[in-house]
Amino acid sequence: MIQPANPDLVTVNIDGREIAVPKGTNVIEASRKLSIDIPHYCYHEKLSVAGNCRMCLIEMGMPAVDPATKAPIIDEATGKQKINWIPKPVIGCGTNVSPGMHIRTTTPMVKDARESVMEFLLVNHPLDCPICDQAGECKLQEQATGYGRGYSRYIEEKNVKPKRSVLGPHVTLDDERCILCSRCIRFSREIAKDDVLGFTDRGSYSTLTCFPGRELANNYSLNTVDICPVGALTSTDFRFKMRVWFLKQTNSICTESSVGTNTVVWSREGVIYRITPRQNDGVNDTWMTDSGRMLYKQVLAPERLKSAAVRGAAASAEDALRAAAELLRASEAGSIAIVGSGRSSVEEQFLTRKLAEALGGAPVSLVSRVGEGDGLLLSADRNPNLRGALVTGLIQSLPPVTASLAALGAAIDAGKVKTVISIGEDLTAAEAGLSAEQLAKVSLITLGTHASATSAAAAVVLPTLTVFEKSGTFVNQQFRIQKFAKAVPGPEGVGDDLATLSALIAAAKAGASASEADTPAAAASAASCDVHAVWATLAAEVPALGTMTYKTIPDDGLLLDGTPYAALPFAEGEALHYKPACAAETAAAPEGAESRAKAPAAA
Amino acid sequence: MPEERRLIFKHIDEVGYTSDIDCYLRHGGYETLRKAVAQSPEDLREEVKKSGLRGRGGAGFPCGVKWSLVDRKSGKPIYLIVNADESEPGTFKDRYIIHQDPHQLIEGIMISCFANGVKQAYIYIRGEFPHGAKILERAIAEARAKNFVGPNILGTDYSCEIFVHRGAGAYICGEETGLIESLEGKRANPRIKPPYFPAVLGLYQCPTIVNNVETMCQVRHVIDMGGEAFSKTGTPGNTGTRIFCVSGHVKRPGYYEFECGKITMGELLYDVCGGPLEGRQFKGVIPGGSSAKVLRFGERFKGKRKQGADMVEFDWGVEDVPMDFDSLAAIGSMGGSGGVIVMDDSVSMVEALANINAFYSHESCGQCTPCREGSLWMKRISSRMVHGQARAEDAALLKSVADQIPGRTICAFGEGCSWPTQSFLIKFKDEFESYYQSKESRPAEALQLV
Repeated sequence: MIQPANPDLVTVNIDGREIAVPKGTNVIEASRKLSIDIPHYCYHEKLSVAGNCRMCLIEMGMPAVDPATKAPIIDEATGKQKINWIPKPVIGCGTNVSPGMHIRTTTPMVKDARESVMEFLLVNHPLDCPICDQAGECKLQEQATGYGRGYSRYIEEKNVKPKRSVLGPHVTLDDERCILCSRCIRFSREIAKDDVLGFTDRGSYSTLTCFPGRELANNYSLNTVDICPVGALTSTDFRFKMRVWFLKQTNSICTESSVGTNTVVWSREGVIYRITPRQNDGVNDTWMTDSGRMLYKQVLAPERLKSAAVRGAAASAEDALRAAAELLRASEAGSIAIVGSGRSSVEEQFLTRKLAEALGGAPVSLVSRVGEGDGLLLSADRNPNLRGALVTGLIQSLPPVTASLAALGAAIDAGKVKTVISIGEDLTAAEAGLSAEQLAKVSLITLGTHASATSAAAAVVLPTLTVFEKSGTFVNQQFRIQKFAKAVPGPEGVGDDLATLSALIAAAKAGASASEADTPAAAASAASCDVHAVWATLAAEVPALGTMTYKTIPDDGLLLDGTPYAALPFAEGEALHYKPACAAETAAAPEGAESRAKAPAAA
Repeated sequence: MPEERRLIFKHIDEVGYTSDIDCYLRHGGYETLRKAVAQSPEDLREEVKKSGLRGRGGAGFPCGVKWSLVDRKSGKPIYLIVNADESEPGTFKDRYIIHQDPHQLIEGIMISCFANGVKQAYIYIRGEFPHGAKILERAIAEARAKNFVGPNILGTDYSCEIFVHRGAGAYICGEETGLIESLEGKRANPRIKPPYFPAVLGLYQCPTIVNNVETMCQVRHVIDMGGEAFSKTGTPGNTGTRIFCVSGHVKRPGYYEFECGKITMGELLYDVCGGPLEGRQFKGVIPGGSSAKVLRFGERFKGKRKQGADMVEFDWGVEDVPMDFDSLAAIGSMGGSGGVIVMDDSVSMVEALANINAFYSHESCGQCTPCREGSLWMKRISSRMVHGQARAEDAALLKSVADQIPGRTICAFGEGCSWPTQSFLIKFKDEFESYYQSKESRPAEALQLV
């Protein structure tokens, strides 16, 4: 046996191969490192070990030593130390590695144990795969295929249990399919801290249910559906909508808050069917909020802006951009203000900065969006990319928490600002704080995804894409830059956001040089302003991002240096993988932090 | 015929002997406790170790060893739990102790608590023993009033309380970690071991000793006699006395107490219990509660067994087997809880097994897949068989299902529920295999089983 140099590592032998793994690793995880699959149902790496499904049974042995002298006993046939194999199989999930441990996962004993457990799991299972939503991503199907005998010896009647039980607003339960692994119970207790699930009755009649008078209504309930290895817990929203094997998976980032939960967007033929969490052990582990999963519904919302408009009348994108260029050209120098957004991507924020520069240093405001943090995966800052605005240099300080645009409002009232470009914000929203009267006083160019009071009042409306329809990056609360990719195409007639912004920049530049430019849209062809092209300039001009390109950012993101911003009073409290930078020195500004936390929740 | 040696059951069913403390004191009660608190806990533990006392709950694990495994360095309190969840079918010894001699139990508990530095003990009594629970409550109150239980017992600085906790009626609560879960107010799902060995992470994650009612009483006699003297009763490795609860087809069923290993199955059934009923013959016997493997009269057991330090050969019929832990283990069954269930030639082994399977499928906690599904499957097969739907392949299927369970579950219930089927199918193979042919002669009027 090779002794690892690191004392915190333990060397074990699995199917004849040695590997050093950290102390406390269980056999399933150690085997995974050798790409040896140990099938399991109840074990979940982020939950406590229950050890009840018995699917992960393996053979275990320890090197033999003389009980008296502790000297190794050598097997004369092989010349190696003899291994004392335990005559009974042990569970891989509940067995932690110890020095010299030997594991066998391919022996007849293990094979028989797996076949037996598979058979037992199926005897009372309804086998209704043709009408089961889990089909295609069902561990029972997969492991029956991989480790089962392939035929049934069961001729007795099967158990009858409740079907289609509504556990809460998002989750529907089919108890007959449940294999009683208890993952959902442990998740509710250990992660969501909402202990509402349990088993009633006993033996094979055990039935998963909510405690009397309670429901599974917390904002993490759909994680139980994700971790359910079978089709027992299903998403009420997704069930019967689509077979999972027809769905395309696209990596994305949740825009609900500054946590930046890693997600997978599941779509088919341009339509999104569901969002599920994507594992990132530095951000969201394997979890996400229910509210974040529902965000895809905004894509097909009736108030979605699908066409550009000039003074209330639908217009082509070219006409709208021409009108916008006209507006900018007609505006006096210094009378244009920009409202950027913490919801915009890093690339868009960078282009917003470039737009401000092209307009001769137009002032940029941002809208703060602060709600109650839940300490897990919903942070107080509901902007997914506030820190991106800092990193790209769009802003230097944080926007005021309430009435973020008060200063802009005053400038409008004073007649100093006559033209406003709003990029993705509704300026009359509570947290923004402009009044309808103030909007009426200015010429407004607005970019947005959905109709609002601002788009209604705007001279020029340029429709934009949701996060699902474009690619880009966000910087989350940890200053981790994470990328999202386009999952579905945007509505017809809605141009690429980076192209739209580039066109505005071109228009601003044209206006500044006081020459009659061609169609601004033509100046910014789609090819020259896709995300990779923007990154070329971005990396050159933003030192913090100088070492990377969109392509080289890994799927689990890259941590940027947040220390330059450590003194800023960010709104977030502690969360799953986040500790506020100034947690130790909150005494410095306790009132500020307090009032932010209590600010009304953003929509 | 061997003489009964009543140690634990000395006063059971004795005319005039009552469960109150005065009666117990008149019979020398609590003198051993008085003797014990004058010694050091370490010495008492040493006595128990020397006595060779083995747990009477079923597994026969040496009590002194169990005590020595307790984590005494954790700084956490040590708990003692008395397992009074006597649920193994065929067993009815603990209830006699509880009903008729509760103070013997309490004295044993207090000695054990003192020996292990336990400040709080629980008696976990099965829910089906409401009367027993009341008797224990009263007895504890009496002992408390006399300063045998509670603060500063017998004028020492040692204090210990005993609480009675009633179960809600589940066999699995007799499994020590299931019991602990139940005592903590949870579903009695046995815990995985490792890491939850009661001696280290037991009740409330503290070191915990779980002992059977009879074991606690035996401790009283160990301390009374001294470990050395106790170890000379019974046979080497199987010390003390054993209470046999004989039920079924014998002339005189009931409880009998003998020195461990000093009586054979034949002596017990023929000489003590009067043999089979008129005109009948013994067919099978389950020697240690329903989960122990059945023995078939007429079969021979050959092999080697340990006797003291030597290995000796044996060649026994069922009647020749000494009734001790090691001998019964040597022939592939177990002494278990001492419940001896006798079946004569009037018994259909298929029906008997259907009855046992119905019990175990009802009692599986449902945690582990093999036990949960296997126990119910076995019940459904055997139940279908006795209701006129037997098939030729059922015998082999039953055995095969049973073979997939033991050794693959969190607790020993997996063994407990599969051993009956395994052993019935091996020992009475012909009866099971030909059962489907006899089903015509058996109208489907058999009693509906659970």
